[in-house]
Amino acid sequence: MTTLQVRYFAWMRTRVGTGAESVEAPDTVRDVAGLMDWLEGRSPGHAKAFARREAVRIAVNQDYVEADHPVAKGDEVAFFPPVTGG
Amino acid sequence: MAVRVQREDFDPGQEMAALGEGRHDIGAVASFTGLVREEKGAGRISAMTLEHYPGMTERKLEEIEAEAHRRWPLEASVIVHRYGRLEPGERIVFVATASSHRKAALESCAFLIDWLKTKAPFWKLEEGAGGEQWVDAREADDEAAARWAEDA
Repeated sequence: MTTLQVRYFAWMRTRVGTGAESVEAPDTVRDVAGLMDWLEGRSPGHAKAFARREAVRIAVNQDYVEADHPVAKGDEVAFFPPVTGG
Repeated sequence: MAVRVQREDFDPGQEMAALGEGRHDIGAVASFTGLVREEKGAGRISAMTLEHYPGMTERKLEEIEAEAHRRWPLEASVIVHRYGRLEPGERIVFVATASSHRKAALESCAFLIDWLKTKAPFWKLEEGAGGEQWVDAREADDEAAARWAEDA
């Protein structure tokens, strides 16, 4: 099992229903894409949040990454839509 | 170099004055202030709430600011970005850059705001007559940021 801190922002947060959760991902989860596949099955809200993968941006330990980025125990993995600040 | 992410309002005049205080090598200060705009017509907004990613926001803004200092000969700079609920007319963001000459100050100020819009983790939730809606990212903002690509 891999313990991960998962964060959600903006409409990812409202769809999942929480802004942060600590998860125990199975060892088969090796990268962010695998994590998304697994998270999707946790609830209908998760499924809705991850339905449009192309609209999801990713940060691991607060740096932008692509879906093929590996995940390791203790990582903070954040999911959110494209940013709209300024 | 300074980055501040805060709920409170700020005073652009004070921010600019602070940049040049006690310095005699600064010949130019350029600044940009972003305000909450009320859209004309049916979809007009009554307010917006800015959400951000505490920690990553400051980190990204510091990286963007460092990049501006790498590209232009800047003497000083400041970025202030607000979060929370804001009403039309309120200030959201402030960027100012100081240099010996105007070209570096003006260009780096435009660079900072263009890059910040596409890289700093902020999201706008608009409140309007039809309820709440998350603002979509704009292609025009990506294009504005892309014009600063070094290898293009």
